[in-house]
Amino acid sequence: MIVAEKKPIDEIIGFVRDCKKILVVGCNECVTVCYAGGKKEVEILASALEMAFMKEGKELEVKEVTLERQCDHEYLEEIRNIIDEYDAVISLACGVGVQFMAEKYFRTPIYPGVDTLFMGVTEERGVWAERCQGCGQCMLGKTAGICPVSRCAKRLFNGPCGGSTKGKCEISKELDCAWQLIIDRLKELGRLDDYDELIAIKDWSTERAGGPRRLVREDLQP
Amino acid sequence: MSTKTPSRLEKILAAGHLAVTSECGPPRGSSGEIITKKAEMIKHYVDAINITDNQTSVTRLCSLAACIRLKLMGLEPILQMVTRDRNRIALQSDILGAASFDIHNILCLSGDHQQFGNNPQGQNVFDLDSMQLIQTVRHMRDEGKFLGGDDIDQPPKMFVGAAANPFADPFEIRVPRLAKKIAAGVEFIQTQCIYNLEKFELWMKQVRDRGLHEKVYILAGVTPFKSAGMAKYMKNRVPGMDVPDEVVQRMSGVPKEKQPEEGINICVESIQRLKEVEGLRGFHVMAIEWEEMVPEIVERIGLYPRPEIE
Amino acid sequence: MRLTYPDSIRIIRLPCTGKVDVIHMMKAFQRGADGAYVVGCLEGECHFLTGNLRAKKRVVYTKKLLDEIGIGGERLEMYNIAASDGPRFAEVAKEMHERIKALGPNPIKGALQNKKAA
Repeated sequence: MIVAEKKPIDEIIGFVRDCKKILVVGCNECVTVCYAGGKKEVEILASALEMAFMKEGKELEVKEVTLERQCDHEYLEEIRNIIDEYDAVISLACGVGVQFMAEKYFRTPIYPGVDTLFMGVTEERGVWAERCQGCGQCMLGKTAGICPVSRCAKRLFNGPCGGSTKGKCEISKELDCAWQLIIDRLKELGRLDDYDELIAIKDWSTERAGGPRRLVREDLQP
Repeated sequence: MSTKTPSRLEKILAAGHLAVTSECGPPRGSSGEIITKKAEMIKHYVDAINITDNQTSVTRLCSLAACIRLKLMGLEPILQMVTRDRNRIALQSDILGAASFDIHNILCLSGDHQQFGNNPQGQNVFDLDSMQLIQTVRHMRDEGKFLGGDDIDQPPKMFVGAAANPFADPFEIRVPRLAKKIAAGVEFIQTQCIYNLEKFELWMKQVRDRGLHEKVYILAGVTPFKSAGMAKYMKNRVPGMDVPDEVVQRMSGVPKEKQPEEGINICVESIQRLKEVEGLRGFHVMAIEWEEMVPEIVERIGLYPRPEIE
Repeated sequence: MRLTYPDSIRIIRLPCTGKVDVIHMMKAFQRGADGAYVVGCLEGECHFLTGNLRAKKRVVYTKKLLDEIGIGGERLEMYNIAASDGPRFAEVAKEMHERIKALGPNPIKGALQNKKAA
């Protein structure tokens, strides 16, 4: 899922400082699962903003809406008949949703309420970790299911580097060394000999480096 | 053994001599004078001089420019190149730049992560890793082609090196990793600095068991401690470094004024012991910010003067 | 026990402080409360095992948020008191009463009253 984190409240207050009536829109999917932008977080943000404004002697009317997702036309359409009543929208969706909303409702300022971080997993309650960087050419078949692009700080394809210490990355004791994980897994699978194969230079053209990406499936188009 | 490049280092190794290399860290400024001074101190005591490449992600005068300066002084540079800061276009370009000044030695590294240095907010590149860089240089030299497939007009003649760290984890993969680098095309290795002689001898035994010592020239890295504080710092704060307690105790056991002398003694004794290790082809003396001690070390280990090579 | 405690305190009963969520504490202040505190069982004695530990973390979170919006996190507190410990209950009530008195009214009280009047 996409993992995000709430933006600092003063930054959000800064966005809507001159507004009188705003809409706070949450998203029921990824940001709900990581407690950054679901219905509950919308409520808390609305309450915090109202109190912050009242304290300054200003008024702010906040409407709370949570959509199923903000990355599909159908759900974003649900606010079409109310959006013009508002000075601005704070979207608690990931960067994808914020942008899609801004594309749809281009006469209304749309502000982000969360910082979008990465594609990752819930390792345990309250802990999320990156697993995928969307390189466009998945090589997990070669590395025993552990990705060197997203989990090695240097995205080495023939690691580990000389900084790997007791299974941890040189940049942090909290970070597992991806290549230690790969080697351990290859051992478990009885495939440690795979390590001897030199992994070829990556074609990064399907990654961010190649430019903003687009996928078209003609078989699915109307 | 025959040589494939005009590299003086390669010639010395091929002739069967124990090679001695050292390194100069470029300044954090634009003074070329500092390189000149450091090189002057050690030039008669080493066969080739490494110039580090923005080591520990601290921005310094670039390795290529400093190597050119050494070359113009008539010395033999080793261009250290990390893949952290440059994509394949820049890497190949800099290799050609070095070759255009007849620089014939390159050390291919991944590089320390930029979190360590003074630019933690910067991007990193890692278009290639160190093994892929080794392959690239060999490809440019032997195939005469760029990675993209086009022909190179006057291919570079580089003697290709890499680093090896027998002390990083996991230990059991360190020799297979060396084998991989050899398969990628590496021709000489400089190891991380050695304090745990037992572990190093064990690593070398495994290297010999696989016959790798005959496929690549291995130079043992050594760094003298200037103080007990330096020993402790390297033990605790530098990733991939193995400093046994006895060594730290030896340094702490002498009064502060005597510690530099003790550090040199430990270094010289280690080299004497390492000279007995079968398969070792030389020493890489990294006297960080203490280049003036290199002459004494080389003399005491009996490797001065350096052989004359045509 | 028939001990006395200040009548400024309103009690909201819950089966476990684990039920207290951030939004409840926020709404208390949004509706004009000058102070609020959460009283849970002693740590290690929660009937539902970790309810009071969850509450503690949520209280900490809400205190920080209240600081950030200028209401003041000192107006909110978490206490752990055994169910039978009447004297401590009364003591804490007096403590909070004094603390909130010293802090003064909720900064949004004025705005709330204006709203009501309007």
